[in-house]
Amino acid sequence: MNLINAVEQGYMKEMSAFNVGDTVKVSVKVVEGDKERLQPFEGVVIARRGSGTRETFMVRKISFGVGVERIFPLYSPSIEKIEVIKHGSVRRAKLYYLRGKKGKATKIKERGRELIK
Amino acid sequence: MIGILGKKLGMTQIFTEDGKMVPVTVVEAGPCCVVQVKTLERDGYEATKIGFAEIKKLKNVSKPMSGSFKKAGVKPYRVLREFPMGDLKVGDIVTVERFSKGDSISVAGTSKGKGFQGVMKRHNYAGGPGSHGSMFNRAPGSIGASSFPSRVWKNKGMPGHMGSEIVTVANLKIVDVKPEQNILMIKGAVPGSVGTYIEIRKEG
Repeated sequence: MNLINAVEQGYMKEMSAFNVGDTVKVSVKVVEGDKERLQPFEGVVIARRGSGTRETFMVRKISFGVGVERIFPLYSPSIEKIEVIKHGSVRRAKLYYLRGKKGKATKIKERGRELIK
Repeated sequence: MIGILGKKLGMTQIFTEDGKMVPVTVVEAGPCCVVQVKTLERDGYEATKIGFAEIKKLKNVSKPMSGSFKKAGVKPYRVLREFPMGDLKVGDIVTVERFSKGDSISVAGTSKGKGFQGVMKRHNYAGGPGSHGSMFNRAPGSIGASSFPSRVWKNKGMPGHMGSEIVTVANLKIVDVKPEQNILMIKGAVPGSVGTYIEIRKEG
């Protein structure tokens, strides 16, 4: 398996570090006709799964009162950049419980600045 | 033809330049040493025998084989295969550099063993209904007519051992070649489990 990991290294690019619970803004490349533009998707990272080039993360946001979740491959070339807007403090690896909650109950405690590193 | 021997390391996914995700099989291929060159005069046909996966302990090489390796003046190898490659002589090394990105290849290897399987898995028979009192679930059904032919036709699909046979998959594409690691990345799946020795052929 080590050789596979070594091979995968060559296809991975530098990514800003973020964790489950963080609020991120993902800039996605969208091709319309022959033009390309960036479409932001901002929300809470509720899961990360997989390893190597197969790693994906799930972002959840509330859009016009409707919960929207999007799964992005972490190393996809169609992701221009991932900005961390808030570092959240959570005690679970998967925040699927947010799906059943509304309003204030979905609030995630922000992580102290000294912890961010 | 260009041929090389390799070992299946496993599968992963990578992104191409245009942003598409492709499934790839990572294969450690070569370096293979030419062990013997068969000629029309001596052997009746032309072929180049190459070896892969060096045997480190000499006690694991059988005496007749160690004699033939000694005669050729090469190290002993675990896997030996013949390919019709004309341009090589004994002692030459075949590496992945003979292949390039985008090449169409065929890969042969021993498939995963499935054990003793019924006709539904082995021959894609339809089987019967699962419920409503049906007692004909996964059985093969009738295996032929009565008075004619009064026997079962040859090649009639029956339950039995499945897998562990040599399977060749044609028209696979090479996604990437990494000569410094002796690695070939092939789009899609190749026969066998991780660790299987496979033969890779490129026509022309």
